[in-house]
Amino acid sequence: MTAGVEITLRVDGRDHSLVVDTRTTLLDALRERLGITSPKKGCDHGQCGACTVLLDGLRAVSCLALAVAHDGAEITTAAGLAHDEELHPLQQAFIDHDGFQCGYCTPGQIVSAAGMLGEAEAGWPSVVSEELDADVVVLDDDEIRERMSGNLCRCAAYANIVAAIREVAR
Amino acid sequence: MRPFRYERAASAADAIALVHHEPNAAFVAGGTNLVDHMKLGIATPELLVDVRRVTSPVLEELPDGGVRIGAGVTNSELAADRTIRRRYPGLSQALLSGASYQLRNVATVGGNLLQRTRCVYFQDLTTPCNKRAPGSGCSARGGLERDAAILGVSQACVATHPSDMAVALAAFDAVVHAQGPGGERAIPLTDLYRLPGGHPERGTVLERSELITAVDLPPLPVAARSRYRKVRDRTSYAFALVSVAAALDVADGVVRDVRLALGGVAHRPWRARAAERALRGAPATEASFRAAADAELAGAQPLPGNAFKVTLARNAVSRTLLDLLEARR
Repeated sequence: MTAGVEITLRVDGRDHSLVVDTRTTLLDALRERLGITSPKKGCDHGQCGACTVLLDGLRAVSCLALAVAHDGAEITTAAGLAHDEELHPLQQAFIDHDGFQCGYCTPGQIVSAAGMLGEAEAGWPSVVSEELDADVVVLDDDEIRERMSGNLCRCAAYANIVAAIREVAR
Repeated sequence: MRPFRYERAASAADAIALVHHEPNAAFVAGGTNLVDHMKLGIATPELLVDVRRVTSPVLEELPDGGVRIGAGVTNSELAADRTIRRRYPGLSQALLSGASYQLRNVATVGGNLLQRTRCVYFQDLTTPCNKRAPGSGCSARGGLERDAAILGVSQACVATHPSDMAVALAAFDAVVHAQGPGGERAIPLTDLYRLPGGHPERGTVLERSELITAVDLPPLPVAARSRYRKVRDRTSYAFALVSVAAALDVADGVVRDVRLALGGVAHRPWRARAAERALRGAPATEASFRAAADAELAGAQPLPGNAFKVTLARNAVSRTLLDLLEARR
């Protein structure tokens, strides 16, 4: 058997030290070890996006990341986007636009959208970008759909998810 | 998942030595393919050597006007790089066609090149697969043939290489730098991958403890007029049925220079040299484009379940070249 490895993670502004088996994914470390259940386990194979977090500022699927490989990482979950009692604009927009049904994919959708806004702000393109080398990214519906394609919604609440993100991206 | 040890390499040489001395060791960078395969039981390394901090995370201009891409550059960073977007736009588009933003933010250039086939039988431990378990048989022939290869196939294997990035790199004459226990070597990307033959378990010519350190793009003016077209079963976040990376230079209605590679059709990114030969000096017309595609696809050996790919590949080549032709008007 493998010995445990001590790592530290900064999650939603709080530092945590823990000893993990090398096999532990970041998702399992968050959920099962630290009790941080905002990221959800959907497929556990990087295909559904329910486990999305911001990993050192960029969105990533936590189910395919080994915790031991991310010692010292800074992680933001959907829950960590809120400031005290004040919801993040994306969280509020998902409520206002009814951007979910069962809600299981919602934290992944919201934190993924937050990551997407950062990427667009940095001028990063997508494959549907009309002008690949544009300085400013305009997040129209096609762009939002393409950039959010890593987040599946089994209830198919996509129409309202796009509407919620469009409102904040504007 | 089987237990394994994890080591963070202190240098590239350290990483290579660690893997060299442990028969069942593997390099890991982003891990987006390998960790999944470890969960599925396809990969069972006893030692993982993390190379993220010892492979270059930057792009640099080369004295000859080309670009050196560090193996640790992420797919997102490479796709967004301004030099790549301007001088090799087809490479940006290829990267952006693959996976999702979440995966591209983590996956590296080196890992992208060495990702494994998505043939469903390779990923399913309960079925025979010569690539996963040599000699066990091929379940894809007579099974789900839709995604299978049509070019360069063997009786043993009809798997396709899944990378989009590698298709553009194949078109643009990229060179892969690998470092091993015996030193460094440079391998043209088109020679990195093997055809399956009787040994589909070997996807590349790399030895087990050779580490990809960088990929060089030559200065290639024609690549400034390039694009990538991917045909798949859904609009986004799916592997290619057929894809095309193309660059085209036309003067006075005649093809002066062209680069063409196909994805989703073979065990490796398929550089379409026969089509290129047919096109150089030919009129830049749809008829020429179709004839060139036919020249390349003459050797296709489709299965009943993927015969459509021959027509699809011909149409995709023609459409991509027409798009490039129209874009320059």
